[in-house]
Amino acid sequence: MVPTLSIDELSVSFAHRSSTVEAVDRVSLRIAPAECVGVVGESGSGKTQLFLAVMGLAGNAEVSGSIRFEGRELLGETAAAINRVRGSKLTMIFQDPMTSLTPHLSIGTQLAEVLVCHSGRSWAEARAIAGQMLERVRIPDPRRRLSQYPHELSGGMRQRVMLAMSLLCEPALVIADEPTTALDVTIQAQIIELLRTMRGEAGTSLALISHDLAVVAGLADRILVMYAGRIVENAVAGELFRRPRHPYTAELLKCVPSLSGPRPARLPTLAGQPPQPGDALQACPFAPRCPRAADRCRIERPPLMGASTSQVACHFPLS
Amino acid sequence: MRGGFAGDAVRRLRANPAAVLALGAICAVVVATLLGPWLNPNNTETLDWLHVAARPGLQSAHWFGTDRLGRDLYARTLAGTRVSIAIGVVASILSILVGVSYGAVAGYVGGRTDHAMMRIIEILSGLPLIFFVIFLTVIFGRSESLLFISIGAVGWLTMARVVRGQTLSIRQQDYIAAAIASGASSGRIIAKHVVPNVIGPVVVYATLTVPQIILFESFLSFLGLGIQEPGASLGTLISEGVGEMEAAPWMLLVPGSFLAVLLLCLNIFGDGLRDALDVREG
Amino acid sequence: MTRYFFTRLAGAVPTLFIIITLTFFLMRAAPGGPFDQEQALPPEIAANLESAYGLDQPVWVQYGRYLKSLLHGEFGPSFKYKDFTVTELIGQGFPITLQLGLMAMALALFVGVPLGTFAALHHNSAADYATMSLAVVGIAIPSFVVLPFLGLLFGVYLLWLPVAGWEPGSIRHLVLPVLALALPPLAYVARITRGSMLEVLRSHYIRTAFAKGLPLRTVIVRHALRPALTPVASYLVPAVASILTGSLVVETIAGLPGIGRYLVQGAINRDYTLVLGMVIIYSTLLIGMGLIVDLLYAWLDPRVRFAK
Repeated sequence: MVPTLSIDELSVSFAHRSSTVEAVDRVSLRIAPAECVGVVGESGSGKTQLFLAVMGLAGNAEVSGSIRFEGRELLGETAAAINRVRGSKLTMIFQDPMTSLTPHLSIGTQLAEVLVCHSGRSWAEARAIAGQMLERVRIPDPRRRLSQYPHELSGGMRQRVMLAMSLLCEPALVIADEPTTALDVTIQAQIIELLRTMRGEAGTSLALISHDLAVVAGLADRILVMYAGRIVENAVAGELFRRPRHPYTAELLKCVPSLSGPRPARLPTLAGQPPQPGDALQACPFAPRCPRAADRCRIERPPLMGASTSQVACHFPLS
Repeated sequence: MRGGFAGDAVRRLRANPAAVLALGAICAVVVATLLGPWLNPNNTETLDWLHVAARPGLQSAHWFGTDRLGRDLYARTLAGTRVSIAIGVVASILSILVGVSYGAVAGYVGGRTDHAMMRIIEILSGLPLIFFVIFLTVIFGRSESLLFISIGAVGWLTMARVVRGQTLSIRQQDYIAAAIASGASSGRIIAKHVVPNVIGPVVVYATLTVPQIILFESFLSFLGLGIQEPGASLGTLISEGVGEMEAAPWMLLVPGSFLAVLLLCLNIFGDGLRDALDVREG
Repeated sequence: MTRYFFTRLAGAVPTLFIIITLTFFLMRAAPGGPFDQEQALPPEIAANLESAYGLDQPVWVQYGRYLKSLLHGEFGPSFKYKDFTVTELIGQGFPITLQLGLMAMALALFVGVPLGTFAALHHNSAADYATMSLAVVGIAIPSFVVLPFLGLLFGVYLLWLPVAGWEPGSIRHLVLPVLALALPPLAYVARITRGSMLEVLRSHYIRTAFAKGLPLRTVIVRHALRPALTPVASYLVPAVASILTGSLVVETIAGLPGIGRYLVQGAINRDYTLVLGMVIIYSTLLIGMGLIVDLLYAWLDPRVRFAK
């Protein structure tokens, strides 16, 4: 079975003054059909840049490596070829619903244009389908919403519209970049519930990017942990939480406060700062903050090793 | 800290080849107008009946040719450039003084006074000054004092807006509140704190005001509403040149090129300075 | 939307009213003006003025009469051209100036906006620098230098176009004047569009548009253009002012019988009523343009329509 998304040795770098900054450092991963993969990491870990590169939205960055979507190589393709896939079979939802919709076009137009562009439907047909999709994402009174403008909708509703937009052409993969970060907690829960339902109904793969483990925990089958532009751990969700193998993952889990159990005297934190994109390292990037670091960690880069559903990049993984 | 700021700006300016070239050209023109008369003894007034409307040539006595009355174009053009630049600089200084005072007061006092003062500027900005000038010319006749007043009125609006914006933001700063609390008078605060911080934008917009004013003066002189005979500025020379365009094109080309180069270089340099100091309008 | 329009209209009318009133009383009060009792006027002019303005009546009656005559489109008798009224003169010249101005404005917008967009899309390339350099030239060099230079090149040396003069219905005579008139606003529009487009292209909603797989053409025209044009709309009123000002010079040089030339002649000949009428016409044009721009803002950004 061909994986929906297959990334090999992908690097994304920016020229900055006289040096280059590696936002993504030789990342390889697979996403299978109907699989939900959570991608977790701090800001600066490269998780967003990684998927922007997949979508061809990396801007001025130098992208090298291989990105295969449903078996077809995307890197180096013409803009026209990428546009056929982008927005229809491979879609992305962004973090900031308040600014991600065009202010002067109606909701109906912004939804319908996806169908008109990709499926060759007429505007009238496309609007009708868009209305149905708004119903599916549980927006009340969908017909009226079609003629409204983005500023007339709340943040939660706008994010539902973004979701609807991404589902219109029955995509094989939806990339959701921090879909709930900008929203209230109650709305967050609703959006996550919606994502869960969508997955179940259509069998779409989902790449869920978040810095919040809790968000990812409810949805992901498998979780990738990123640090300093690299994947440091890849494990099935349950396993990751029960038996993290990378010291960074372990520290992350310790930082999530629990509602049950005794109140800690102090909230646990991770000492130090994550490396900024640009601190080029030959060694393990986590070594400065790692409680288990040894000399080998400071000289030699640990490769990502293991089976397809259980990988870790560490010289001395936890067992 | 201010030394570093100026040093930064100079560095950025030097990295801008267009602005540097422009500055060089401006200096060359200024030097030429001042030293030119020494190089070629021809007078602006002398009528050379032997060489009426003569073509320019380095071999002949008249390097840039002569006009319809036999006056040497080299001397006249340099004199005209001198007049244009002089008016530009003097009027600019006037409008800068007015604009800075107006803007500083508006920005410092704030509140309804500021609001009212800005409304006045808004209304004045909307009216093309030329119609106002023409209207006054009709009533009072053509006079050179009217010319100066109306030219001075061109530049102060933008300057006032810029200074007011800067003053407003400086006013908000904590150290001003501290100064007021410690009993410093408004005058002292304005002199010690506000003025040094608005110098940057003022310099930039002063550099951009000069070409505006030179343009306006040339425009009025071209139409016959500005400098009157026998005085001449580039505007009047160009106007004469247009009349002789087909027979003696150099009468148009020489003053026209001088004006074009002068305005172009002033604008390029002003833009470069604005980019180097990274200044925006209020 | 209609309520927005009428609110704006209601604001514009008083402004016009103030201008008319101010010019009326200024002309009365100014020393050396035509109504100055010390002035010795030729008898025909005095008689004309008498009948038009009723100079023996109290000022308020005169004002009322003036307003009434304005409503009829009567600006009074001309000072210089004894056989014509100002209205007739304006009627002759206005269509030409209007044609000139509209063509120049159209050129400025329909070339300036695409040029600015092109420069933004090729940011920091050689094409970008070239375009912006041309823009500086357009802004810095005045039309009374550009037009004669163009005339020299195309009219005298290349003999492609006439240097000056005008025939009714002729387009050839308008080419150089329109070009010279359009150059400064074109340059400004290009510069403004470029800056504004660069900013809009950085927006999140443009990123979304690209993520939807829309072709570049669609993203620019449907998503980026309207927000990018708001600063251009703000520039429209100064653009009209610039074109009106430029028309004075362009009509004079090119010998076009438009109202711009009348204004200049009026100033030199001290033709009060003509100049007064012209000032009112120009003010009306500018205020009208301001109204149109307000409507334009509402179309460009729907949020404005809902604002109180």
